[in-house]
Amino acid sequence: MKPYLREHIPQAFSEIPDTTSYEAGYLVSKNAGWRSVRPVIDTDRCVGCLQCYLHCPDGVIFRKDGKVAIDYDFCKGCGICLKECRPGAIRMEAEK
Amino acid sequence: MSLNARTLNEEEFFYGHKACAGCGGSLAVRIALKVLGERSIAVLPAGCMSAVGFNFPQLCFGNNAIISTFAGTASMLTGIEAGLRARGETNYHAVGFAGDGGTADIGIQALSGAIDRNDDILYICYDNEAYMNTGIQKSSLTPFGARTTTTPAGKNIRGNLRPKKNMFEIVAAHGIPYAATASIGYLNDFIAKVEKASKIRGTKYIHIIAPCPTGWGIATDETVEVARQVVDCGLWYLAEYENGNFTLTHQPKQLADPADYLKRQARFRHLTEEDIELIRQSRDLKWEQIRKNYKNIQEEKQP
Repeated sequence: MKPYLREHIPQAFSEIPDTTSYEAGYLVSKNAGWRSVRPVIDTDRCVGCLQCYLHCPDGVIFRKDGKVAIDYDFCKGCGICLKECRPGAIRMEAEK
Repeated sequence: MSLNARTLNEEEFFYGHKACAGCGGSLAVRIALKVLGERSIAVLPAGCMSAVGFNFPQLCFGNNAIISTFAGTASMLTGIEAGLRARGETNYHAVGFAGDGGTADIGIQALSGAIDRNDDILYICYDNEAYMNTGIQKSSLTPFGARTTTTPAGKNIRGNLRPKKNMFEIVAAHGIPYAATASIGYLNDFIAKVEKASKIRGTKYIHIIAPCPTGWGIATDETVEVARQVVDCGLWYLAEYENGNFTLTHQPKQLADPADYLKRQARFRHLTEEDIELIRQSRDLKWEQIRKNYKNIQEEKQP
């Protein structure tokens, strides 16, 4: 199961577990604010080789219609995908 | 046929974590869990991956995962595996992800014990060559010459004085059913090794080089490239140990000069030409041993 963003953030004492266990894959914050540049995929050039998807440390690149797309909520803008993309279908754009 | 980018499980099991951008260790954990699947229970001792994966309420593992004591990764894996077996569970993997310090310094006793008992566990060491989580202190897997906060580079001492411990051969010396080395620069090789290990009963150990942009002083987009370069220049090698035999799984045609690999990293920037020559010599010595003791090596042709 892929961890996903929840709407509810546990805050009260009663919501904090008194044991060491809690639901797996419980995300409450995004990582989007970490990046200063964002990778953008040129779907015309993308050949669907999936090397960017394979090498992404955050796993934010996923398959879509035989090509790939990026989950910008969790991309940190490291740029590994750009280096791994042989057809040159990824470019980095400055975040505004 | 072994798994590849196309046939790999599309589910993500390590997602939304707070690792530095371009983190090599998180890539190793992510890929290993994609191979092993949801029915794997991950054990993480103190280290980067537990620090970035469990920031309550941000819990980044999609499978069952637990933090162990620093020294107890392997012993907790033993317990988890025994517990699952006692409950009659089948088709599961008990997998541990420990850093280089948690494996070669602090956790080596528990690991050695687990191998001795031959418990059915998979132990993966993601090696970023220092205690990165606490601010880059030297571990026994820090290579010669590397600058860390406890082995600073100054006028008299130029970084770490001691060579990197060969954890892979130490583990193999136990007579373990399966041990392997890997690199995040050669992910298909790593995937094949995790897949192979998941099918073997008994203790399995995989040691993967995972560069750390923060500690090594490289750009965030260079981690995979550097992990490839360290194999190409012969300072790391991809091998397996099985049935008492060492086998190289990747043979570089000709070893590249380690100077290019060393000079691009801030932790080696202070090295003099003589230091680099020392590193070159120790590499050549190691490769002489590899050629002698490892199988499946095609002799390099003389130019």
